Amino acid sequence: MAEALTRSAARNIFFGGSLFFFIVFVALTAHTHWYMLNVSTDSDALTEQVRMGKHVWEQNSCINCHSILGEGAYFAPELGNVWTRYGGRDNPDGARTGLKAWIRAQPLNIPGRRSMPSFDLSEEELDALVSFLEWTDSIDTQGWPPTPAG
Amino acid sequence: MKYETQRVAYPFFAVAMALFALQVAFGILAATVYVLPEFLAEAMPFHIIRMSHTNLLVVWLLLGFMGCTYYLLPEEAEVDIHSPMIAYVQLAIFAVAGAGALLSYQLGIHEGREFLEQPLWSKILITVSFLMFLYNTSLTLAKGRKTAISLVLMLGLWLAAVFWLFAFYNPGNLAVDKLYWWWVVHLWVEGVWELIMASLLAYLLIKMTGVDREIIEKWLYVIIGLALFSGLLGTGHHYYWIGSPGYWQPLGSIFSTLEVLPFFAMVMFSFFMFWKGRRNHPNKAAMLWTLGSATLAFFGAGVWGFMHTLSFVNYYSHGTQVTAAHGHLAFFGAYVMMILAVITYAMPQLRRVQPYNQVLNMWSFWLMTSAMCFMTFTLTFAGVVQTHLQRVMGINYMEVQEQLQLFYYMRLGAGMVVAVAAIVYFIAIFGPAREQAPATPGGELAAGTAG
Repeated sequence: MAEALTRSAARNIFFGGSLFFFIVFVALTAHTHWYMLNVSTDSDALTEQVRMGKHVWEQNSCINCHSILGEGAYFAPELGNVWTRYGGRDNPDGARTGLKAWIRAQPLNIPGRRSMPSFDLSEEELDALVSFLEWTDSIDTQGWPPTPAG
Repeated sequence: MKYETQRVAYPFFAVAMALFALQVAFGILAATVYVLPEFLAEAMPFHIIRMSHTNLLVVWLLLGFMGCTYYLLPEEAEVDIHSPMIAYVQLAIFAVAGAGALLSYQLGIHEGREFLEQPLWSKILITVSFLMFLYNTSLTLAKGRKTAISLVLMLGLWLAAVFWLFAFYNPGNLAVDKLYWWWVVHLWVEGVWELIMASLLAYLLIKMTGVDREIIEKWLYVIIGLALFSGLLGTGHHYYWIGSPGYWQPLGSIFSTLEVLPFFAMVMFSFFMFWKGRRNHPNKAAMLWTLGSATLAFFGAGVWGFMHTLSFVNYYSHGTQVTAAHGHLAFFGAYVMMILAVITYAMPQLRRVQPYNQVLNMWSFWLMTSAMCFMTFTLTFAGVVQTHLQRVMGINYMEVQEQLQLFYYMRLGAGMVVAVAAIVYFIAIFGPAREQAPATPGGELAAGTAG
């Protein structure tokens, strides 16, 4: 390494540069936070029911099999766009009925196929969970995923 | 071992290795479910196995970092640890928090964000223990010599604690939730943990190569500078598709590509110092783990990270087995191997013997490393096939998974070899010490140069 660079110079560059990039990162995060609340997600549609649905999602650790917006365990299908996959954008009632029936039908017990456990959710919890998935589907994700397969 | 209180590290290493063993065991269970879906379906569903696997990793790595810190800090600061008692108490609290969380998972009690599943009481205990650790080590450092290695190490640990606090913030808006979730996950593993890794690497190189501290510490600052300059805005590569503004695509692509640089610098640094160093350190196994860690971190975190980080590539590969491949090799190379290197280096001193069981230890290195590489390759192939079928051709998820079965069998095989390698490592480290050294040309064991 260049002899011109001393240890204390390297240290000062590290602290100065890191501080600079951290400040830029905080500023962009603040803007992104604003953007999410006002542009890319539907804050008005984020009802108590959707919040409860997120809670149901977390309580049953859905993310440790499924993924949502591409993050999760990759062991089961992506659910960020499952509302679209079930035709919810054209026929919301049909998608709601279909999703609830699917969750209730578990476990399918098809030999050799990964099976989802039965989570014993109440009607209210099921509706909340589906509302959460519907709300998530409406997030502006820059066109991801590339196909409805998720 | 120059300072009696360095011995505090021993129980940390022991508990960390016990949890490492459990982590590998849960990994094998999860890999088994991939090939035999009915396996344990009733007793322990996949989501429980998976959160156990990932949480054990994080908990044992943190315990490993603590053990490494307690070991090297007295030597660097030239004073004893402030309070061994605090160290043992915080170890007990941390172990209770980790083991308690693991047990509660088996009963279905957990929170629901990935990697942050610990119940609230466990999160609080982890925080308390970590603060006790920081208090104890910071006071030690304050009393003694402040080297760049110990300052960078402590900076990394303090920042890890600060960013951990975002684990307590869980907004109802999923997009905002993800925005700050990455402030824990990314800023740890692609940010401040790199400070910890680089300072451990620098410590091992000073001890084992004998190269001048001035030179090594200059490299250290350059490496961690590269890590944070690239890694902070590199967080943007997680912000492409979660409802963030479009500017994260160019920004995240450029800066996360630069995240390769600190890992490349670490490889250069390690081998350069190894060749430059005149000291023929008797602990060959520790040197092997050290060089191996820098190398595999470069491939796992650097190359495999770059492979899917550009936004127009990630658009197709995001959330496929490509991510799983990268995750496995990055964690293994950067953090698992670095801690195993420090343990291999420290244990002879902690047990007050000359380096021992070195051939066995090196067997473990080659077995574990090649098995982890093989696992990464199989998952990468699975991920590429999955990306094409699912993301380009639009075939539905479950059908695509059937096409990947062969890769999942191979991954399970690789995992079993990792388990064997881990057992060999435990025997080499904790088993009876035999003077066993690899043959080197003219290399008699240089007694007395250890340390």
